[in-house]
Amino acid sequence: MSAVGVSALLAIPLVRFSTYPLRRRATETDWSDVGPVDEFNSLTEPLAKTITLERRDAWQTTSSQTAVYVLPSKTGQFRILSPICPHLGCSVRWEGTQDKFICPCHSGSFTAGGQRIAGPPPRSMDILESRVEGGMLKVRYQYFRQLVSNKEVMA
Amino acid sequence: MTNQPSPKSTGSPNIATKLDDWLDQRTGIDSILHETLDEPIPGGASWAYIFGSGLLFLFVSQVITGVFLALYYVPSADHAHTVVSYIVKEVTSGSFIRSIHAYGSSGIIILLLLHIGQTILYGSYKGRRELLWLSGCILLALMLGMAFTGYLLPWDEKAYFATAVGTNLVAEVPFIGPILQKLLRGGDQMGTLTLSRFYVLHVFVLPAMIIGFVAAHVFFFRKAGAAGPIREDPIKPKLPAVPFYPRQVFMDAVFAVVLIGILAIIAKAIPMSLGPAANPADTHFLPRPEWYYRPAFQWLKYLSGHWSLMGGIFLPALLALIFAGAPFLDRRLERRPRRRPISVGAFVIFLLAYISLGIASYRDDYRDPGMAVQMHKQDEDAKAFMQKPFVPEAAAGSPVAALAAADPKVLKGLAIFQAQSCNSCHGEGGIGTAAAGPLTGVGLKYTDAQLIALIHAPNSSMTNGGMTPVTLKAEDLEALAAYLDTLR
Repeated sequence: MSAVGVSALLAIPLVRFSTYPLRRRATETDWSDVGPVDEFNSLTEPLAKTITLERRDAWQTTSSQTAVYVLPSKTGQFRILSPICPHLGCSVRWEGTQDKFICPCHSGSFTAGGQRIAGPPPRSMDILESRVEGGMLKVRYQYFRQLVSNKEVMA
Repeated sequence: MTNQPSPKSTGSPNIATKLDDWLDQRTGIDSILHETLDEPIPGGASWAYIFGSGLLFLFVSQVITGVFLALYYVPSADHAHTVVSYIVKEVTSGSFIRSIHAYGSSGIIILLLLHIGQTILYGSYKGRRELLWLSGCILLALMLGMAFTGYLLPWDEKAYFATAVGTNLVAEVPFIGPILQKLLRGGDQMGTLTLSRFYVLHVFVLPAMIIGFVAAHVFFFRKAGAAGPIREDPIKPKLPAVPFYPRQVFMDAVFAVVLIGILAIIAKAIPMSLGPAANPADTHFLPRPEWYYRPAFQWLKYLSGHWSLMGGIFLPALLALIFAGAPFLDRRLERRPRRRPISVGAFVIFLLAYISLGIASYRDDYRDPGMAVQMHKQDEDAKAFMQKPFVPEAAAGSPVAALAAADPKVLKGLAIFQAQSCNSCHGEGGIGTAAAGPLTGVGLKYTDAQLIALIHAPNSSMTNGGMTPVTLKAEDLEALAAYLDTLR
């Protein structure tokens, strides 16, 4: 009975305390270096690059590594794809011999430009924001919601 | 209540009655409620009886707020302070919840003093209530243990040094003291294992024991029955008994609301502060325990040196034994305080001594100018720390962590290395390029003074490679040399 009483009297601050992540402002995702632009000027097929992400994780800042695909550029405009399959989040693989991206989990396939060809993925591969700054190609790594036909950023 | 189907009342029973019958036949809820709420109180309900239930209420509040605090807390010496400052500065209502929890411990001690004081004055430990009293004594010790173990968890300066002093006392126990101390600290010194041990005691061991002893305490209370007003015979009360429900329940509930209200007001008005992170190298810090430990703290000042065994262990142990033995020593059934001068007198003397020791401890701190200045500085440091925004900690192994852990002088050197474009020839991190040789290991070949001299006036082989003399302030050159030293 005491427990019910205490919980009732402290309910509002306790709920606010435990649901704090819901109200936290989404932290601005940082730009990560992909590599010097020269490295990507003569690409003929998608290239997997490992980038380092600096991210705030509660009371820590952590750095982790993840892969992105840099696509060959025709007009000097680079496009970078997230390797995460929009179906259920497996890592999509570039198969040079077939000229396709293939998801190993449920055989979703995409063109060399990331357009959906076949399989369960509900949309094409996700394009990440990128820009060139001081000769360096940079990417803003984000996660997108899976299983929906539109690209939606996950906060 | 019974196993037979209840007899049909006249007319059709309403849905609530039906539901109650259904539930009662499966759970026996009616008899449980009867047992819980119809406890007979000789002479009826009284505001004098609210302290026990108030204690239970505050304990439950501590459990609930404690469980919620554990959502964010990490019991490790390198993170504890960061996570507590995260709770206080970032998490919604974090400062409020932590304050309720921290001030709640003081509230429990105050209520314990009232509850015990009343038991002694009312002589309500008498009349086959020895086990009730003993379980209460154990609860008192466990609560003091909760306060002591919880004090360390924020791992700020006061937590660290107060616990260092407290655990040094343990070493005074004859024969097994040093072993006990090592066991409690998880080693010879205070460290991450001390924190982990205190955390386990604070959130698992002691609360489990408290819940067990509260159950025993309530059971013994119900077995012996409420003692009633002081004129009552503690075994066979003569006053008519009035059930616990509804009047006493109402009074207890009002008191609970008052308690949580007071805690909430204090928590809002004066949030519990958090000092700067523990720095074992700080030799100026004056550790002070929480107010209820102040008398014991002052006591130890008077009995130090070879008296400390006496003052720190034997006398408190003797006192505790006499205290626990109260119902065995004071056996008459007489309960009126005026007719029990020895037990009531002893308690009053203890209380006066306890209060005067506490006052003396605070007075000493304010009278000694050196101490007063340091105490004031500590308060200011804590205030200043609370004002600063939260700084996230870099996870171990990340490049950010390596930089954050580095000496500021080295960081400055690195900044100069980059600003002077040293890296355009020597490469990032001094790895060496076609134009200039690697700098790794250069600190092993030369002393800092030689390095500075070479940077300032390069030798012929260096100038042939394109090195130009570097003219910088002396301190900048030193920082640069410190950075070069780290290139191994």
